[in-house]
Formats: sequence, structure tokens, C-alpha cells
Amino acid sequence: MTGAGLAIPFGRDGGSRFLPALTMLMVFLAGLALAAVMDLEHALATWDRSLTGALTVELPAATGAGDKSLDAALAVLHAAPGIKSATPIDRATTAKLVEPWLGTSLSPADLELPRLIDVHLDSGARPDLAGLRAQLARAAPGAVLDDHQLWLDSLARFARSAELTALAVLVLIGGVAVLSVSFATRTGLAVHHDVIELLHLMGARDGYVARQFERPALRLALIGGAAGLALAAAALLALQHATGAAAFLGDTVTLLPALHLRGWNWAVLAALPFAAGIVAMATARLTVLATLRRLP
Amino acid sequence: MRLPRCGGATFTRAAGACHLAAMVRFENVGMRYGTGPEVLRDITLRLEAGSFHFLTGPSGAGKTSLLRLISLAERPSRGLVSLFGEDLSRVTRAALAPLRRRIGIVFQDFRLIPHLSAFDNVALPLRVAGVAEAKLRDNVREMLEWVGLADKLDAKPPTLSGGQQQRVAIARAVVAHPKLLVADEPTGNVDDAMAQRLMRLFEELNKLGTTLIIATHNAALARQFGRPVLHLENGELGAAAAARAAS
Repeated sequence: MTGAGLAIPFGRDGGSRFLPALTMLMVFLAGLALAAVMDLEHALATWDRSLTGALTVELPAATGAGDKSLDAALAVLHAAPGIKSATPIDRATTAKLVEPWLGTSLSPADLELPRLIDVHLDSGARPDLAGLRAQLARAAPGAVLDDHQLWLDSLARFARSAELTALAVLVLIGGVAVLSVSFATRTGLAVHHDVIELLHLMGARDGYVARQFERPALRLALIGGAAGLALAAAALLALQHATGAAAFLGDTVTLLPALHLRGWNWAVLAALPFAAGIVAMATARLTVLATLRRLP
Repeated sequence: MRLPRCGGATFTRAAGACHLAAMVRFENVGMRYGTGPEVLRDITLRLEAGSFHFLTGPSGAGKTSLLRLISLAERPSRGLVSLFGEDLSRVTRAALAPLRRRIGIVFQDFRLIPHLSAFDNVALPLRVAGVAEAKLRDNVREMLEWVGLADKLDAKPPTLSGGQQQRVAIARAVVAHPKLLVADEPTGNVDDAMAQRLMRLFEELNKLGTTLIIATHNAALARQFGRPVLHLENGELGAAAAARAAS
């Protein structure tokens, strides 16, 4: 005796047997896309925090020993409200900054390097940048004040585009999940048509028949989802390790920041199989109910 | 105030007594599948509560279609169908489910679920009706004993003979104590001895108050049991078919 076993063996027919494998793939892809979204969101916030409190003043290369433009620019900066510090960057450090592009064969003495001043703002300060630019231009002709906004804006645009792409991938995966479960359920309805009609004629309500499909759909999606989550976690941990290892080797020039998922990010990822299960269950139920409504 | 028990009949307060009311009533019923031709035409019939009828006719006469109408598997394309005193044209789709639970069906091809045991197949109508597992066990065992299959509780249908499968199907059809039992060629796939045994089971059921209508192409069997016979020919019933042939 099978106790209250399901009358319809949905999940064991050809149409639904592939559901766990499909769910595994979809949860794996959704996991990667979701991790990308969460990491980009974190990176954006970090970039914003680290750059909004800093400015750089760039002065043309010194014209001679009597060039006082650096002192004049520092005087303007120290006098301006909201400026916490203004520190000139020495020639050796400036030369080091351009070394990745020019190599080490050239001596800094051979180069006409601009002089840089690293400026830090007081916390929460919003200095009048237009006024500061005008004062600097008067005190040190040729001085350029860079608030990094242009770079930050383009970086933010890139990150937002990547984020939107990842979200679109997530929506697409959700759509594919709904279509796949709906297709499998329809196939199941066709394969088990005789049993469904039998239950219907015994006086089974539509909800009873729908439960015969939604429970296996939930079980299959949870099994596939758990496997997909395990694969996604392994891939993300490998990626996290790879980006961490690159930083350890001193490879400081990277296109994207190191992948760093926090505790709550993993918790969100762990919810993916359950989300897949709920989508599968709801899709199966709605598909069955829509089909049964055609019976008298 | 509780109404008196009347077996398969109906108690009316006005008359103050039990009397045989129409369990099934058809008036000028026609039926077609989709946009196809009418497979049943101008069917008018009345099956009283507690009655036992045979439905005969050649293959393709419309016996199965008529039984499908009676068992609420189809809706008529015209005419009036009334079951248990309810005009079906006024019954909502949701309200049909409880009506169906009062009907037992024995299919010509048994329609047993192969991956479920004999016990679970028989228990299905009770589970559909929401009967608790503890309550249904004795009922199901009793039914399988009644059809002589007490030792086959755990057997899967593919391991049973045709006659045994048919008896499981009958046990399933009657386990929920239906008021109306519809059987389509229940003896079509069994030998004569088994056919006689199954018919005796049906007679026992009828004695307990169940209204029966049994479709069969075996006219001799129908004659042997001496019950009223409804004869279908080309989708028309009895007198209508004869009148059309004469004209």
C-alpha cells in the first residue's frame, strides 16, 4: 500500500524528467547573475565612498627654480573652507604612477611630469568647486582641479549597465523557468489525461488534481535548485579565490574589483532553490487549473 | 427534524412517505462531440431511484456517449438532463464535483492506475472525497473482500488477470457507496463464469438501493437477469428508433 500516494506519477514521465536538470542550470545561471548584481552594487558604493572625499590638483611641469605656482596653489587650498589636507605628491611617486605605461627605461629627470597635489576634504564637506577652480587659475595659471566625477560617472554608468544586464538575465531565466515548467506540466497533462479524467469523474475538485502536479514540481525544482546552488557556490568561491590571488601577487591594475560576497549575499543566493520551487509549484498549479477549466 | 431513511428512494414531506423519484431524467436530449454530427438524438428516458436497467445496442449506437452523459463526463448539446432531481443546466461547474461523488463508474477498459496497488486504486474515490486514511482502510479492505480479492491488497493491476482487474474496478466504483452506478460493458473482457459472478455482485448492490445502468452488447445476459432494457440504435432510444425505421 502506498498510503496517500499521488495518483498521477508526474515527474516520472518523459516530459517532466528533465525538470531537475533544467532547474539546476537555471539556478546556477541565476546565482551567477545575482552575485554579479550584488557585487556591482557593493563596488559602486565603495567607489563612491572612496572618491567623493578626494580631489587632485594638477599643475604644469615646473618652468624653473623660481616657479612659485605650487606654493600659490597650496596657499589657495589651505585657505579654502572644507579642505582637510592638501599634500603635494613628490616627483618619484608621480613617476611611479606612469611607470606601467612608460616602463622603467626612462629617468624621471628626463620627463616633464606635471606636479600633483592630493587633496582630502572634511567629512561631508561640499566645497564650491567652481570658485576654487577660478582661484587656482588666478594663483597658478594652467592648474587643473580634478574631482574624479567624470571618471566616477563613466564607471558608474558601466556598472549600472552591467547590473541591468545581469537583472535582465535574471528575468529571462525566470521566464524560461515558467515556460519550462508550463511545458512539462502540459506534457504531463497530456500523458496522464486518462487518470486526470478518472479523478475528475470521481468528483475530484480542480485543486485536488492541481496538487498532484504542484507537489512533484516543487520537489523536482528543489532537488535541481539545490544542485544548481552548489555549482554556483563552487564557481563563485573559485572566482573569489582567483581575484584574491591576483591581488596577493601584487597585480594592482585590474579591470574590475575583486569579487567579495558578504554573508547576506550568500543568504540571498541560498534562497534561490526555494524561489525556483515556488515558481515551479505556482506555474504547475496555474497550468493545470487553466487546462481543467476546459473539462465539463 | 431528521427525515426517515428510504434506502435508494426519496422521502417527500408532502406525501409523508418514501417513493421512487427519478434518479436520472432525460428529455429530448441531443449530444455531439465538438462540431461533429449528433451521436445521440432526442433521448427521453427516466431511471427511477433503486432501478436496474440494461442498455443494449450495436457498436457505435451511442451507448458509451449516453453513459458519459449520465456520469457527467459530457454536457448535452440540447435538451434537459436532470440527475438526483437537479436540472444540470442550472448547476455550476464547481457544484458538479459533489454530484459526481454520488456516481460510481465501471469502465470497459477498467481504468485502473497501474503504479498504484489494488488497495490504493479502490481507496482513490474516498481520498478524493477527503476521507481520513484511518477511516478508509476498513472500508477498502471490506470492498476487496466483497469482490473476492482480499489477498490482493498490495497487487499492482498489471499483475492481475482481466477478471481480477474488473473486480478491483467494481470495488473502486462502489467503495464510496454511490447512489447511481454506471457500468460500460463490465463483462466485455471476462469469461462467462466471471460475467455471471460480476452480475450477481451488481444485483447485490441494487438490493442495497443503488440505481444501476449497465451497457452491454450481450443481449442474452440482459434477458437472463430479466431487467428492463433500453435499446439504442444509431443514437436513438427504443421507440424513437423504431418509429424512424417505420417511416
